[in-house]
Amino acid sequence: MNTPISWIKVYVPDLDCTNQEYRDAMTLTGTKVEGFEELDKNLDKIVVGQVKKIDKHPDAEKLIICQVDIGEPELLQIVTGAPNVVEGGKYPVVLHGGRVAGGHDGGPLPEGGIKITKGKLRGVESFGMMCSIEELGSDKNYYPNAPESGLYPMEADAPVGADAIELLGLHDTVFEYEITSNRVDCYSIIGIAREAAATFGKKLVLPEVPATGNSEKASDYISVEVKDADLCPRYCARVVKNIKLAPSPEWMQRRLANSGIRPINNLVDITNYVMQEYGQPMHAFDYDQIAGHKIIVKRANDGDKFVTLDGQERILDKDILMICDGEKEIGIAGIMGGENSMITDDVKTMVFESATFDGTNIRLSAKRVGLRTEASGKFEKGLDPETAKAAIDRACALVEELGAGEVVGGIIDIYPDPVHESRVKLEPEKINKHLGTDLTKQQMVDYMARVDLKYDPSTDEIVAPTWRQDIHCMADLSEEVARFFGYDKIPTTLPKGEATMGGVNFAHRVQDVARETAMFLGFSEGMSFSFESPKVYDLLRVPENDPARNAIKIMNPLGEDFSIMRTMPLHGLVSSLATNYKRKNANVRLFEMANIYLPKALPLTELPDERMQLALGFYGEGDFYAMKGVVEELFEKLGLKDKITYDAKAERPYLHPGRRADVVYHGETVGYLGELHPQVCENYGIDDRAYVAVIDMPSAMKFADFNIKYTGIAKYPAVTRDISVTVARSLPVGAIEECIEKAGKGILESYALFDVFESEKLGADVKSVAYTMTYRHKDRTLEDKEVNDVMARLLEELSKIGAKLRD
Amino acid sequence: MLNEQLEQIKKAALDSIAQVTDLDGLNEIRVRYLGKKGELTAVLKNLKDVAPEDRPRVGQLVNDAKAIIEGELARAKDEMAAKARELRMQAETIDVTLPAKRNALGHAHPNTVALEEVERIFTGMGYEVISGPEIEYDEYNFTKLNIPANHPAKDEQDTFYINKEIVLRTQTSPVQARVMEQGRLPIRMISPGRVFRSDEVDATHSPSFHQVEGLVIDKDITFADLKGTLAEFAKKLFGEDTRVKFRPHHFPFTEPSAEMDVTCFKCGGKGCRFCKGEGWIEILGCGMVHPHVLEMCGIDNEKYRGFAFGVGLERIALLKYEIDDMRLLYENDIRFLKQF
Repeated sequence: MNTPISWIKVYVPDLDCTNQEYRDAMTLTGTKVEGFEELDKNLDKIVVGQVKKIDKHPDAEKLIICQVDIGEPELLQIVTGAPNVVEGGKYPVVLHGGRVAGGHDGGPLPEGGIKITKGKLRGVESFGMMCSIEELGSDKNYYPNAPESGLYPMEADAPVGADAIELLGLHDTVFEYEITSNRVDCYSIIGIAREAAATFGKKLVLPEVPATGNSEKASDYISVEVKDADLCPRYCARVVKNIKLAPSPEWMQRRLANSGIRPINNLVDITNYVMQEYGQPMHAFDYDQIAGHKIIVKRANDGDKFVTLDGQERILDKDILMICDGEKEIGIAGIMGGENSMITDDVKTMVFESATFDGTNIRLSAKRVGLRTEASGKFEKGLDPETAKAAIDRACALVEELGAGEVVGGIIDIYPDPVHESRVKLEPEKINKHLGTDLTKQQMVDYMARVDLKYDPSTDEIVAPTWRQDIHCMADLSEEVARFFGYDKIPTTLPKGEATMGGVNFAHRVQDVARETAMFLGFSEGMSFSFESPKVYDLLRVPENDPARNAIKIMNPLGEDFSIMRTMPLHGLVSSLATNYKRKNANVRLFEMANIYLPKALPLTELPDERMQLALGFYGEGDFYAMKGVVEELFEKLGLKDKITYDAKAERPYLHPGRRADVVYHGETVGYLGELHPQVCENYGIDDRAYVAVIDMPSAMKFADFNIKYTGIAKYPAVTRDISVTVARSLPVGAIEECIEKAGKGILESYALFDVFESEKLGADVKSVAYTMTYRHKDRTLEDKEVNDVMARLLEELSKIGAKLRD
Repeated sequence: MLNEQLEQIKKAALDSIAQVTDLDGLNEIRVRYLGKKGELTAVLKNLKDVAPEDRPRVGQLVNDAKAIIEGELARAKDEMAAKARELRMQAETIDVTLPAKRNALGHAHPNTVALEEVERIFTGMGYEVISGPEIEYDEYNFTKLNIPANHPAKDEQDTFYINKEIVLRTQTSPVQARVMEQGRLPIRMISPGRVFRSDEVDATHSPSFHQVEGLVIDKDITFADLKGTLAEFAKKLFGEDTRVKFRPHHFPFTEPSAEMDVTCFKCGGKGCRFCKGEGWIEILGCGMVHPHVLEMCGIDNEKYRGFAFGVGLERIALLKYEIDDMRLLYENDIRFLKQF
């Protein structure tokens, strides 16, 4: 909400502070000021001047030489190119050394404005500049007298030599407020003025609204029937006849203009003025267009069509409240009037409507109709029905004051269920305990009285006025006390009471260790969105009927690309790798620790299984075995120290069929790794081999264990033996390792592969594999015979898988 | 005479040692004087020709000479070794300004770096870190937080809906309700995690971002405690000189509510480009848990009170590390990530 301080000062006449002080103080009592703009910040030495004489410039066809009276003994010579200068005309004149806000073309305003100095224009001396409204930093939309182009003509009665900025209402500051949704009353000048008065301890002087109207009765002109009172708690209507449309007075125009509202004519301006002042939108219907002189407020029918006064056809439904006359719909309640009843220049009699509509209904209706107006924006917050009547009376008073028409006496006011002031028990003890303060009851009462929250000693209650629909309980009162006592004055303490242990749980710790280990291993952490496109399954070669495609859909996504909750972590990871690849970053290693979302059933009836996934990927240096090493180091750090097995047969369509494996621990699949399928790489635009690994954290967590038990360092010597065998090329070396483990049971300390090779000499389907085994007994020195027995058993085992000892 | 002979041998040996320049030379000297056929050894062999009563004395003289020569040989050898080592090291001099061979360590995401700092601060104050579901019931995300049906915050323009009852959580606050419902009091917890809002991606918005929720429930919690706790947090996160300012605000689930500003950590509060001349930077929202929320979560609001706060993690990361575009956080360009 943007509001000029000059308007606030109308109601808080004693307000006396700098703009910065105002901003800080208001913000600290809860009316947050986002910023302010001093309209005259770049305007300096600008007075009213009257052109006495115009001469042609001897050397320039488009320039003229003016002798200008600025109230000094001597006339000022000014050369100008403005097209609309007349002798006797009065214009704003910037004197030598003064400043204006911008250029005459109305383009962007330079920081600090433009300095004006005397000088020569084509050889003729000029001692100042006459200016347009744009040069004063404003806009001709806000100054109806401004010409299409040229100097701004001041009023004929403007005193020569007077401060032109003052006369143009530009010695003003516009404040921008952020009003919180609970303070509907502050979406109005009066609401803010009330807060300002309370903040600075000044008196609030509200506009006096005299009784208005002639001896006629509005009810003789028109009748109102509210059929759907649930959506319209109050409906007030008054009638104005003998309308005389004219421009509104300067003061009204200036207050509107500085609020960002374009002055139009007295009637429109009055409506806008009261909407700003009271926060209550009003609507004016042309009385002569209202069939049967009857207003009916009721819901529309599904599929009804209606043309709003912007000329657009709107489709209605049964939850949209309409204002109707005896025959037809004439307005969408609280949103916009109809073309068929709009005020035109030859209106003679009009009906003012000031009503309260259900906020939620207006908000939802505006959304469905696709039309959010300033009025609907106010209604949707839920207005105080009491304001409806105050505002319409104020508007009629202004009609009389401005001579815009003859107000018909009486009012039609349909208000079946008046709102009540809310009452809350004042419990100073509780408020002090809530805030950590030590205030007296009287202090609290005084603070609240500043904003008209009155103490009723007979019941020991605080009575909140109807516009404070946010006051319901002790906590609400404590906020009122706190903000006027000052949040900054509330002490600063630390919680007392029983000590708590704090810390992270096991799952969190497992994730932290995994994340740290990934970083030790050279992987940097990425983050990607939880929602993605269903098309990613095609990119990743996931078959049509694969359960991975059963993703949770978002009802209102930002677009198809963000429409499903991911069921696999790969897309985010691989697209991040691809981004790096396209940007020519070499040897990139990334990981992400994030959830996938697996529905228990679709459509979703209960919360899905959110499974934390550690996804790692790289391209550049490294191969399958490098990634396998990463997985093993991770497992070791997580305390998964038993044997990991690799199942190469598991289907993973996004991985290279010959270079992939599921990671199996204690018989359970806890993840997978492999080279990305070349087609997937191509789909993502990675022209290199890329490797990924995914670990399902909940599965890994089941086995994770950070309890470490030291086992003694061996005291007795080890015996090492090498073995070199030939096997079928297709045989995984894992099979040989199984034999080594089986045969060596009890004394096998470790083994290591040290050679694999294939050659023509060995044969087309044969490979040679060599291992070193280390045997050791923990309690004594091994005897040769023991090791020999193991080796014999090993040979026997190996023969079962077709392995032959190499000679 | 033997004396003289011994003196000559000793002198000759020491002279040769002084002149010799390499280990081979030294060895030759050792052989020549002390070897089996060496000169000194010969003297010793001739001891049988010496009168028996003189033998001990002469033997002593020979051994003395031998010890001196041996000592000198050892000294010369050490000297030579030291010299040789010196020369080797000289030859081995390297250019220490050549590039280092680094281990390619990975880097944490800036969000994680910021989160770890936040977690460290609060776990140190006895807070437990608890996580909650990212896909959440409407009831927890809204109703139990005092946000009734038809509240504007529930609009589809802000909230991603899965269906009428289930949403992508728009805040980490539902974890408050979940923890309170479990009824284990007192509560001191923080809950970090992903949240979602229907905002298009731009330099300052993302439809998916992170928050850290905080909740304290105990018997005598006051707004003053809230101020003290968060002031401490701000100092630990942004530096000991950081001052805080609490401004009244509105959240449906806290009353009174506040926003907390911290003094700009670039200019210390004087006002600069970074804080847009304000001197202050808005950092988090907080407040006393609304008594109605306590009641809805089954906590006796006559006995217990509490405070809650919510911090945007990206906001902290962007501010603390001076990142000027939020989109960088989700691109995962390694050149960006490597800086953290």
